[in-house]
Amino acid sequence: MNATDPILRINDLHLHFHDIHAIAGVSFTHGGQEILGIIGPNGAGKTSVLNCINGFYHPSRGTVEFAGTDISRHAPHVRAAMGIARTFQNIALYPGMSVMHNIMTGRVIRMRASVVACGVYAGWAEREHLTHRRVVEEIIDFLEIEAVRDQRVADLPYGLQKKVELGRALAMDPRLLVLDEPMAGMSLDEKADIARYILELKEVRRVPIILIEHDLGVIMDLCDRIIVMDYGKKIAEGPPAEIQRNPDVITAYIGEGPGGH
Amino acid sequence: MAARAVLVERPPGSSPAPVETARGYDTLPKLLRRNADTFGDRVAFREKDLGIWQSITWREYFAQTRAFGLGLKSLGFRRGETLAIIGDNRPELFYAELGAQAVGGVTYGLYQDSLADQLAQLLDFSEAPIIFCEDQEQVDKLLEVESRLSHLRHIIVDDWRGMWRYRHPTLLPFAEVQRRGRALHEQTPDAFDAEIDAGRGGDVAIFCQTSGTTALPKLSMLSYDNLIAQGRDFYQREPHLAASDEFVSYLPFAWIGEIMISTTLHQLVGFTVNFPEEPETAQRDFREIGPQFTFAPARIYEGLHTAVTVRMLDSGWLHRRIFDWALRMGGRLVDRRTEQQPVTWWMRLARWAAYWLVYRPVLDKIGFLHLRVAWNGGSPLGPDYFRFFHALGVNLKQIYGQTEIAGISCVHRDGQVRFWTMGYPIANTEVRITDDGEIVERSPSVFLGYHNNPDATAKALRDGWLYTGDYGALDPSGDVIMFDRMSDVIALADGTKMSPWVVEAMLKFTPYIQEAMVFTSADGMMLGAILNIEIRSVGKWAEDRGIAYTSYADLSQKSQVLDLLRGIVEETNRRLRPEWRLSRFVSLYKEFHPDDDELTRTRKLRRRFITERYQPLIDAICAGASTYDATFHVTYEDGRTAEVRTTLAIRSVNRES
Repeated sequence: MNATDPILRINDLHLHFHDIHAIAGVSFTHGGQEILGIIGPNGAGKTSVLNCINGFYHPSRGTVEFAGTDISRHAPHVRAAMGIARTFQNIALYPGMSVMHNIMTGRVIRMRASVVACGVYAGWAEREHLTHRRVVEEIIDFLEIEAVRDQRVADLPYGLQKKVELGRALAMDPRLLVLDEPMAGMSLDEKADIARYILELKEVRRVPIILIEHDLGVIMDLCDRIIVMDYGKKIAEGPPAEIQRNPDVITAYIGEGPGGH
Repeated sequence: MAARAVLVERPPGSSPAPVETARGYDTLPKLLRRNADTFGDRVAFREKDLGIWQSITWREYFAQTRAFGLGLKSLGFRRGETLAIIGDNRPELFYAELGAQAVGGVTYGLYQDSLADQLAQLLDFSEAPIIFCEDQEQVDKLLEVESRLSHLRHIIVDDWRGMWRYRHPTLLPFAEVQRRGRALHEQTPDAFDAEIDAGRGGDVAIFCQTSGTTALPKLSMLSYDNLIAQGRDFYQREPHLAASDEFVSYLPFAWIGEIMISTTLHQLVGFTVNFPEEPETAQRDFREIGPQFTFAPARIYEGLHTAVTVRMLDSGWLHRRIFDWALRMGGRLVDRRTEQQPVTWWMRLARWAAYWLVYRPVLDKIGFLHLRVAWNGGSPLGPDYFRFFHALGVNLKQIYGQTEIAGISCVHRDGQVRFWTMGYPIANTEVRITDDGEIVERSPSVFLGYHNNPDATAKALRDGWLYTGDYGALDPSGDVIMFDRMSDVIALADGTKMSPWVVEAMLKFTPYIQEAMVFTSADGMMLGAILNIEIRSVGKWAEDRGIAYTSYADLSQKSQVLDLLRGIVEETNRRLRPEWRLSRFVSLYKEFHPDDDELTRTRKLRRRFITERYQPLIDAICAGASTYDATFHVTYEDGRTAEVRTTLAIRSVNRES
């Protein structure tokens, strides 16, 4: 794979549930060094696209290529091991475990020692654990959540849980980070915080990012490129300034009935 | 051991020995160099990083300091120039401090929570050409006001995080400065030693800002002689420190009390200074370390008391009963000791039980289990708090002193902790009361004057005596009693004087009141109070009673909350002599805050400012109104401002006992 090749290539993606066409022919690429935003009204198929990327859904037609490999038929854990990490619209953490352990679960996919070796916890398994623990601590430092390191996730406020989820995705050493509404339900301060982390991930750690978010202000500020979806189709694609002027986008948003955005 | 130039290597409890200072160690950098030689690989600092306590030896402390000091020199920093330092306590701050001092500089610590505008005024006034910043937060503030900093040449940044796009020419990473310093050291290996040797005890070591409320900032100039004499004289009275001790450094580096311990006494005694991971984790990290001594301003002890009390309100009936019993019993024991009455075997037994059931677990939770002594400095702590901590078995002592006398002039003596006094003068320190009742002091630690402020200097320094501006008296025991600031003492209608602080301390002792300011009507006939509720405990109290509220402002005006406050004020009245009793109070819609200039950065009331700002409200209270329509401006965190109108209820209270 050349440096100029896209990290992700979606070709003519279709997804049907019986008669419902959740995705009806979507194609796009992710160039690697960018934050790619996906927006669209509720039910436009944004999350379905993400589910096809990380393998929860297998497309009815079309392909998903990651780093030059067709992964359309790969299971989610295989894709995770390849470096696709994601967070979820609704928090999916282990509520009874501590922040540190939740993030540590993101490392499991990178652990080599066997269950038995880990159980004995000596020699190589111990050294491996310490290496992973260090990565986890660096993430805790990055997200500035030292103060809650040992607290149960269930006891934390929503904004912090979202941060922990981002931390777990980062623990997987992602080569592509897929964020499904990372700022939903957050206060202005918390949103600014997350925006800062996302920018730093792109600028300093060079992690390719796909971002779904309902806050259009955030999307326009953060993303280098935006894809707009409506009724399972891509209706526009381009840099934020162009998207804001695109008449189709305006119709999709404003022409929507009550309950939309 | 005896042959080594160890200053204090004395296990606690053995006979007191003065801190011997061998000749030649008349500056802090000289002491550091000596410590690097004698202590070598012993731990000087410990910093929690990535969840682990990382140790830094004395040798490394010195090497890092040398790299930074020579780095400053390579940037053209000259002897006598000032390095300003802004940031949370970390080893790097101390490398910067000692490094700058080693090459002949003066260091000036600023409060890290200062607003950009305040920083601009103070920094420009200090004429500091180089500023050390911890991180982006401080850098952003400085860049905002850069045009006002006429002396600025460089801003050195320790943590570059988040600044990947900053290309500003004045910005320089800390590591780069150290790299230059190391290169210079390789070229001229003797340069740093020569720089240290050039320092003299009479040189200005630090600027320390006082909680001045006037227009012109007051930066006290303190010499090495001032600081080192202070450390020695204090140690002579308080030989509680040993080289094997642990100390947790989490209070602002700008505060003289923190400099006193983490720099001066650290260099003199050689204990280990521990830095928390983040300000938010300080309480937990403090507990993990379990230090042998601590030095904190009143608000920390007040906060701990509130935290313990609120947690007890949350616990079960049996726990509460046992807790209350243990505290009552402990309080009685403290009173008996104070009055030098015999302690019965039954009380000893009860105390033993209380220790294992209550005191020990509570002390463990707040990290006080290993404390040999706790000092309260900055502003006096109310007697009720003293009684609380002494009942728990904490050897809590009051420290009295000003920035202008390098921090400390008096401290309670062991076994003679009188809750109403400020303690006894430390070694080589004279304290007198003038005919006007002002406390004046003389010692080798009295400062050199205020930087660029001759008028204020002339007012404070007369014939070698420091005029403190505090109104006080001498206790027959020799202890100093401070009533209040001269300017804050209230003249009552009958011509007697009263100290509002005394009443405020009593009000604040309940967990429900965070801050209180007592004032008098113009004719001195009536006393009133502005109260700040404590949102955690009052919020919890309201929840338990099913009282719904939306915000601090809303909760503060609930009639049930006002009834609660009235009960507290009436209870306080019963304990006060009749002419000091409060007639009316108001619960304010917001907390007093340093960002609004209502408190100093060390959280002391700025009375005159508050009186001016709330004058119409105070007038309404004095005039007997039952409500007051307040209009106030709020600035939200995103910078938007709004005008909010609210009606404050003014309550009258019973003054009968």
